[in-house]
Amino acid sequence: MTPQRQGVAVRLEGLSRHYGAVRALDGLDLELAPGEMVALLGPSGCGKTTALRLLAGLEDADAGRDVVDGRDLTDVPVSKRDMGMVFQAYSLFPHMTARQNVAFGLRLRGRSSAEQRSRAGEMLELVGLSSQADRYAHQMSGGQQQRVALARALAIEPQVLLLDEPLSALDAKVRVQLRDEIRRIQLDVGATTLLVTHDQEEALAVADRVGVMRGGRLEQIAAPGEIYTSPATAFVAEFVGLTNRMDGVAADGVAQVMRARIPLLPGSVASGPVSVLVRPESVEVHTQRDGEAEVVAASFLGSLGRVRVRTADGAVLLAQVPTGGAGVLQVGDRVSLALRPVPALAVSRD
Amino acid sequence: MAGLQRARVRRQATFRWVVVAVVGTFFALPLLGMLEFTTRAPGGGRTAAVWRTVADLGGLRTTYPELWAGLKASGALVVLTVLIMLVLLVPTMTWVRLRVPGLRRTIEFICLLPLTIPAIVLVVGLAPVYAWVTYLLGGSSAWLCFAYVVLVLPYCYRALDAGLSAIDVRTLGEAARSLGAGWGTVMVRVILPNVRTAVLSASFLAVALVLGEFTIASLLHRDNLQVGINQLGQRDAQVAVAVSFAALALAFVLLLVLSFAGGRRTRTLTPLATPPTQEPA
Repeated sequence: MTPQRQGVAVRLEGLSRHYGAVRALDGLDLELAPGEMVALLGPSGCGKTTALRLLAGLEDADAGRDVVDGRDLTDVPVSKRDMGMVFQAYSLFPHMTARQNVAFGLRLRGRSSAEQRSRAGEMLELVGLSSQADRYAHQMSGGQQQRVALARALAIEPQVLLLDEPLSALDAKVRVQLRDEIRRIQLDVGATTLLVTHDQEEALAVADRVGVMRGGRLEQIAAPGEIYTSPATAFVAEFVGLTNRMDGVAADGVAQVMRARIPLLPGSVASGPVSVLVRPESVEVHTQRDGEAEVVAASFLGSLGRVRVRTADGAVLLAQVPTGGAGVLQVGDRVSLALRPVPALAVSRD
Repeated sequence: MAGLQRARVRRQATFRWVVVAVVGTFFALPLLGMLEFTTRAPGGGRTAAVWRTVADLGGLRTTYPELWAGLKASGALVVLTVLIMLVLLVPTMTWVRLRVPGLRRTIEFICLLPLTIPAIVLVVGLAPVYAWVTYLLGGSSAWLCFAYVVLVLPYCYRALDAGLSAIDVRTLGEAARSLGAGWGTVMVRVILPNVRTAVLSASFLAVALVLGEFTIASLLHRDNLQVGINQLGQRDAQVAVAVSFAALALAFVLLLVLSFAGGRRTRTLTPLATPPTQEPA
């Protein structure tokens, strides 16, 4: 296989973009190391797609600049940026076969027919679709189309690979399969990659770092594990994974919640009445006839289960239990609760 | 139950054929009348002399110079109108979809406007404009193409709009540009091949309209096929009717080609034609 160009460093500096009165991006700063995959995660309208489109050159920034491999690309048109992109919508050219689609970028670069054919073949092999080379888009499934789109983006040996929610149109099983494949291929070719998604599982599963965005700004960027276990803000804690808001009192880096002492994460409110953001897996549930809480809902999720319990003071908590536990616990059962002393974020009570 | 269903299918088939027969007769009768008129011999009986005259283009040129002038002018008008219409509409409509989708309704309104203005009213407005056109470009009938582009806009806009709506212009354009294509390449290699049927439809509609236009050309004292036929009608009605018949037949053939091209395209792109392959496990 033709050696792929190594990834390059990417730096977004103070990127801002407004649509009329709407502030889509508000001074975004972001750095990607060569060969790194960063996922931008956030709710609709948080600015993640805008950031990617500005880096691609598909839109112009109101302020800020994007620097790729030390070169300022802010005013460089999209066709000269040398970036491969996979779109959310199916974007294969309908009048071309898979092979012709993959060779399109090479043809524009004046490569010989033999080189186009050989490189397109390599790329299709990389995404496992050699046998579909002569098929048109309408003859392929959604997952296959997105694989061809990925092959097409990689065929031009891009400096940077941009993935704009490439899996959101696919069904759940194909999505999981393809996201693992994208990660394998990205590691194979070593391309610096920016992935935009609203699917937290997807972001946490494939990215080296995850940036959580809100209101056009980065709330936090860190490794997936750190984002989950050490959220910097209440928004990150509540957007990534599930969280219980539990009342407690903070002092000396520890919060007293129920009968437990929970160590507080950096950035927490240091003292006084607080809301502590506790993950469901930190809540232990034990069946007890005279327990202080009552099960109000139980759901079976395959490898694990979740139960909702109402405490004596009326608060409803979510707890994650082993599959056997969820099956055993019934609505109306009395239970006792305990909290594991896992570090958590404390925020002021609203 | 099955018997009732068979009877219903039979009734529907009969109704379909009745409708086809009525509509066919409605269209065929005038054509048969024209054909009958053009094959009448002076002393009674039938002759193909008129059709031989029409088929002999060299002879037509010398015997009926007004018809020849009209044919030439209409030929030039067809080419110019189709070219100007495509160059004007395709990039504009694509650009509006890509960059200023908010303007789409305005462009649609402007393009459909000529539909609401009778040709005779158009001529009132066009007369002073064509005084300038004659002053600047000369009095050639070919310059009627500007008026004809306006005339064909509503029909061609609709045809092209249907084609552009069938594809995701924005995503395809952005995908091509991210791969290194400039705007020209996006238009020629990505958009146009995918709206080929729509472009053909728009072109054929423009051809049919230009070949059938009489009012504007006649009132602006220009030549075209219909003006030529009208003049010829005062001299040799049989030849005039034969040429009209030929023009109608040409329009019919064009529509047939269009329908064939559209059908073939649909078959090529319909996912049902070739079932999508299953996702590999």
